[in-house]
Order: sequence, then structure tokens, then C-alpha cells
Amino acid sequence: MGLSPYLILSTLLFVIGATGFVIKKNVITVLLCVELMLNAVNLSFVAFARQLNQVEGQIIVFLVMVVAAAEAAVGLAIIIVLYRTRRTLNVDDADTMKW
Amino acid sequence: MIETAFFYIFAAISLLAAVNVVAQKKVFYSTLSLIIGLCSIAALYLTLESPFIATIQVIVYAGAIMVLFVFVIMLLDPFSAATLQDKKKSLKYLVVLLGVLFLAALYPVLSSYNPARAPRNLDLPKATYSVQYLGKVLFSDYLAPFEITSVLILVAIIGVVVLAKRKL
Repeated sequence: MGLSPYLILSTLLFVIGATGFVIKKNVITVLLCVELMLNAVNLSFVAFARQLNQVEGQIIVFLVMVVAAAEAAVGLAIIIVLYRTRRTLNVDDADTMKW
Repeated sequence: MIETAFFYIFAAISLLAAVNVVAQKKVFYSTLSLIIGLCSIAALYLTLESPFIATIQVIVYAGAIMVLFVFVIMLLDPFSAATLQDKKKSLKYLVVLLGVLFLAALYPVLSSYNPARAPRNLDLPKATYSVQYLGKVLFSDYLAPFEITSVLILVAIIGVVVLAKRKL
């Protein structure tokens, strides 16, 4: 089993996540798509770690998971505040800082 | 070859789950679908001989982070029951087209990766994948980044408390 199938799968997952990030309206789904993209990158890190026989790829994945946990916690807190102040989960309704 | 069969089964499951995350109208079904996808990615980590990362994936990602999402959906229930219409249809098709073009541009690069030219550490023992070796490297060479992540977690905890509290 070579590296290429894993890289192609990782790219597919990343593109699906990026597509969802752009087209979805619900804030929580947008955050889920970010998690999907992080996982796609993790998969390619582990594949490279196995291919190059280096443990550093797994350590990077470990650190990415910590960052993802922190990001999910802060993002969900922001979503709760958004819902509390605006009564909406629609990203298009939270555009005060857009222009 | 059992490893190849394993890879294709779980790659198909993770791809279907990822598509379902984007395709579902209700956010709760998207979350459940992402949990399935994360678990199948954990199975892919097993085919890559990384049992520690696979375990962490199931416990931390599918276990802790996704439960956090489900809790928030439960807290915001009245709105998550209703479905939000997606953005303009034309934008959706444009983005899908861009994704396909991106894949088409990347495909030759990804499929022609030549491992023979990569710097492989073949002198390392096969025990490189063991949890023992991973821990040894993590707590010696990468001790500083590991400690900095604890500061990051602390900052995240304080930030979440500050954000979620009604009155400071």
C-alpha cells in the first residue's frame, strides 16, 4: 500500500470540508467542516510519518488535535454568545464586521 | 491483501460520511455523520500502523469534541430543529466545480509521489510506531511544544468561561 491513495483520500476529504465551509449557512455546520479539514490534514501527516518512518508526523497530529479541541471549545462558546445576542445561527446574519 | 481491502472499505465510509456532513439539512445529522467519518479515519490510522493516534482519535475527537458539539446543539435546540436554507445555488455549483478543478490539478502530483526519492529513516528500528517510542520522543525532543499546548488549553478554558458567562 503506497502513499498516493492516502494523499488522494486526504485531498478529497479536505475539498469536501472546504466546499461545506463555503456553502453552508449554519454556523455549527461550518465549524464541523473545519474539523473535517483538520482531520484530512492529520491523515496525510500520519501517512507521511509511516512512509518516511518518522515519528514526528504523529507528534504533529497530536498537537493538531489539541489545537482542534481548543478551537472547537472557543468556537462553540462564540456560537452560544451569537445565539444569545442575535437569536440566530445563520452566518449571513452575523455580518456586522463584514464591510 | 487485507490492508488494501481495509483501506478501501474505510476510505469509502469516510468519504460518504464527509459528503453526508455537507449534504444534510439538519445540523444534528451532520454531527452524527461526522462522528462516523472520524471513527473510520481512526480505522485508517490503524492501517497506517499508528495505534496511539487511532485511540486518541476515537477518545478525544469522536468522544470529547463531538460530544461538545452535540451538547451545544442540545442547548440551542429550538433553532437546530428548523433547517436553514443553503446559500445561493449558483455559488454551490461554482464551489463544487472549483473543488473538482483543484483535484484535477493536484491529481498528477499526488499520484506520482515517488517514495524512493524521499529521505527515509530506514536505520530506525521497526519499533518506531510503538507508543513507548512516541512518548520518548514527545517528552524529550518535543517537550517545549508539548508544554506550550498546555498553556494553549488554559487560554482556551479562560476564553470560553469569559465568553459564555452572562455577567463578568
